[in-house]
Amino acid sequence: MGQFGIGQPLRRLEDPRLLVGGGRYADDARIEGQFWGVFLRSPHAHADILAMDLAAARAAPGVKAIFTAADLDAAGMPDMACEVELKSLAGEAMARPQRPILARGKTRFVGECVALVVADTQAHARDAAELIAVDYAPRPAVAGAQAALRPDAPRVWDELTSNLPVHWENGPVGPVDAAMAGAAHRVRLRIVNDRLVPAPMEPKGALAAWDKAASKLTLWAPTQGGRRIQATIAKRFLGLEQEQVRVISQDVGGGFGMRGQTYPEYVALGFAARALDGAVKWRADRTETFVSDYHGRDQVNEAEMGLDAQGRIVALKIHTVLNLGAYMAENGPRLPMEGGGRIIPCCYHAPHFYFSVKPVFTNTVSTDTYRGAGRPEANFLMERLMDKAAAACGLPRDEIRRRNFIAQFPYKTPLGYSIDSGDFAAGLDQALRMADWAQFETRRAEAKRRGKLRGIGVAAFIEAAGGRAPVEDMRLQAAPDGSVTIFSGSHSHGQGHATVFAQLAHEFLGVAPERVTLVQGDTDVTPKGSIGTFGSRSSMMGGGGLKAAAEKIVAKGKRIAAALMQSEAEQVSFAQGVFRAGASEVSFAAVAAAAHDPAKLPEGMAPGLDESHLFQREAENFPNGCHVCEVEIDPETGTTEILRYVAVDDCGIVLNPLIVHGQVHGGVAQGVGQATIEKVVYDEEAQLVSASFMDYGMPRASGVPYIEAGFNAVPCKTNPLGVKGAGEAGACGAPPAYVGAVADALRDFGADHIDMPLTPEKVWRAIHGKG
Amino acid sequence: MKSKVTLTVNGKERSAEVEPRTLLAELLRDHLGLTGTHVGCDTTQCGCCVVHVDGKAVKSCTMLAVQAAGKQVTTIEGLAKPDGTLHPMQEAFREHHGLQCGFCTPGMVMMAVDIARRRPGADEKTVREELEGNLCRCTGYQGIVEAILSVVNPGAVKDHHHA
Ligand code: FES
Ligand code: FES
Repeated sequence: MGQFGIGQPLRRLEDPRLLVGGGRYADDARIEGQFWGVFLRSPHAHADILAMDLAAARAAPGVKAIFTAADLDAAGMPDMACEVELKSLAGEAMARPQRPILARGKTRFVGECVALVVADTQAHARDAAELIAVDYAPRPAVAGAQAALRPDAPRVWDELTSNLPVHWENGPVGPVDAAMAGAAHRVRLRIVNDRLVPAPMEPKGALAAWDKAASKLTLWAPTQGGRRIQATIAKRFLGLEQEQVRVISQDVGGGFGMRGQTYPEYVALGFAARALDGAVKWRADRTETFVSDYHGRDQVNEAEMGLDAQGRIVALKIHTVLNLGAYMAENGPRLPMEGGGRIIPCCYHAPHFYFSVKPVFTNTVSTDTYRGAGRPEANFLMERLMDKAAAACGLPRDEIRRRNFIAQFPYKTPLGYSIDSGDFAAGLDQALRMADWAQFETRRAEAKRRGKLRGIGVAAFIEAAGGRAPVEDMRLQAAPDGSVTIFSGSHSHGQGHATVFAQLAHEFLGVAPERVTLVQGDTDVTPKGSIGTFGSRSSMMGGGGLKAAAEKIVAKGKRIAAALMQSEAEQVSFAQGVFRAGASEVSFAAVAAAAHDPAKLPEGMAPGLDESHLFQREAENFPNGCHVCEVEIDPETGTTEILRYVAVDDCGIVLNPLIVHGQVHGGVAQGVGQATIEKVVYDEEAQLVSASFMDYGMPRASGVPYIEAGFNAVPCKTNPLGVKGAGEAGACGAPPAYVGAVADALRDFGADHIDMPLTPEKVWRAIHGKG
Repeated sequence: MKSKVTLTVNGKERSAEVEPRTLLAELLRDHLGLTGTHVGCDTTQCGCCVVHVDGKAVKSCTMLAVQAAGKQVTTIEGLAKPDGTLHPMQEAFREHHGLQCGFCTPGMVMMAVDIARRRPGADEKTVREELEGNLCRCTGYQGIVEAILSVVNPGAVKDHHHA
């Protein structure tokens, strides 16, 4: 509505606070008399722990306590479990070994927590940790998933007969092979999708405080909502009622999918705080964050696509090997088949489809959800295949995509998901137009005259948003002065909920956005049925809940307004903040005031204007888009410059274009980072080599292009706001658009695919035949 | 072996007992309670900790507290006017959506003010190069670059997407 409602680029309401240093992040919390915790971590990728001598550390200055697995075991603390259930075609269930909070007898990756030292200062805790003598007997270790599949590979779990807990397939391969045999064209591709670190700018840290009188633990930690973590820590690990744990994450410095999980450090700190009847603070440095935050991606994909003479897909086979790390994280093994699997084979119709996934244990940090969580991997694979198929079929890259796009909706995917809407061809056309694709050959020729190699890439992609937990709880409360407070379990760690939810409140209640306050990130006050923010769900789930709660407020408001105007509720209308009946009208603020004044309330009505709604989604939504990237390469050095980047996105109804574009920019930057410089490197002994910003390639301002963003909005048909998630699209589009552009620039050199990251060295080698 | 440092922070004289190894960032955050200055790394890479010392941008994680003795330090808390009016660079960040989670923001804004002082009229490429020491994982830098350009070189702002 009007100036501030749905669709308006309202400037963010949270910004004035964040711009003056008023953010409240986990490390900003401190308590008088708090202790400091430091984790002793394994320096070995794989080792037996033969003995641990704590005597010297215990006697060190300032030390309060040292906790090891023995203490947790004595208290009956269970291990961490992965709830994902997968079966092989033959019906064998996936093995799910559990992770101890602190290493028990064995360490399985570099950085695994071995002990928690608590002292009066951080320096004392650090000094004491160095005095712990651990007698390790190192074992052979393995870091790569394919190496871990070899029969002679070191076994991460003695309890299992191999490093493969399950071989999952969507169905028998036979019929797909038969269809493949009849294809006019067949293309094959092997792709390494590297391991990445999510690396939000706020490092990990927490403060756990036990209140003995109230028998309650308060945990300040950077989470994506806190409700799930609250439940897990309380019920599973500390044997408490859910309400006996309070999780506070007021401001969080980025999430990207890796902050929804219950990390072992939080559990250990909570245990220590209770044991010591005090508060324990922990501040990880960046290197510790690198080895303790879950990583993302790390797949190897081998695929074969068969096409008919007209370039239409007839069969598709994908073999995915996924590196799980040493321990199965909460979502780890399901990412290819439930993350990427929700959309695979992406924007295209493949009548015969075979999909095999092997999740594999290795001696590395666990992998879990990272921006896109399986969808970037799936889209990258499909787009690289389409480029290769275009060459094989002699078709332009845009044309082969048009011929294979899904165009009838709802569309049932091979794995059974239903895509409600989209117009992929329109998105493609719009992106090509914005990028002046038609005139590209002129630009290529001009660059050639200057001795440069110019290329252009196009990538269509599809996403899935709002999945997993199908409910979200929202509460709206109007004060007597007509201002509104939103209590939200959806959680913004950069997504701008304080603004977007205020716009929705304005849209539905007419209240000025500045008079709307968002309360989030505190499980004591946010609604109980909330899950938090992940998988680009908050526009649909939080927005849907907010709309329904607002409708309840209006319904009650109409009854109050009727009493004020001596009318009947059925006669009362509501629009733009005003209740009307005949010639009379009363403002939302007046109704809110009356709601708190028993004298003005209709007979028997409870006072207040305070409504909640547990939103239940009908289906997930499917954001999609098309990105075009144009690059120029200096053949002398292999350096590549992005000259133009166009992003066209279908995020359904756009609630705030400023914020949605911001999500696209951030996602594209992470995708460009993956395509150009990001890569987690383990050496042969499974030591993490890239464990700081000196060694890990974080994209910087000079390495990210200016992004021209446009919308191809097709409203979602399965949720009340018509929205589609916006958070992860950029990370899906950028890698294939960029790699496609470089491959196009190098088309005369026979390099149709180079694995990411496309460093100058790799590009130079491709040009000079030294691959 | 603690020693007393006295310095001016945001126009006020402040002092604290610190160890020789205490960093300026720690002095600000842990001793003076100015948590607007953030620490994002330990290798002088991220720039979340940038403050001004005697008017110039400094990574406060890379300077000892004792080195700041007697100096004028401005942190993000001291950039707006006392009446709360935002500094034009803070306004520009808001106008151009130069922040999302806000964690890199204090350092970014302090760096941006320094860039504006040193490089008036800078073009987009120059601004991006000047941001080499500041990491942001959320914005893709676009809103940040546009915000800085709007101050140093308004004609170079593109902002095609939300007029
Ligand atoms: S905290 Fe990263 S550069 Fe200072
Ligand atoms: S706004 Fe989140 S790191 Fe920059």
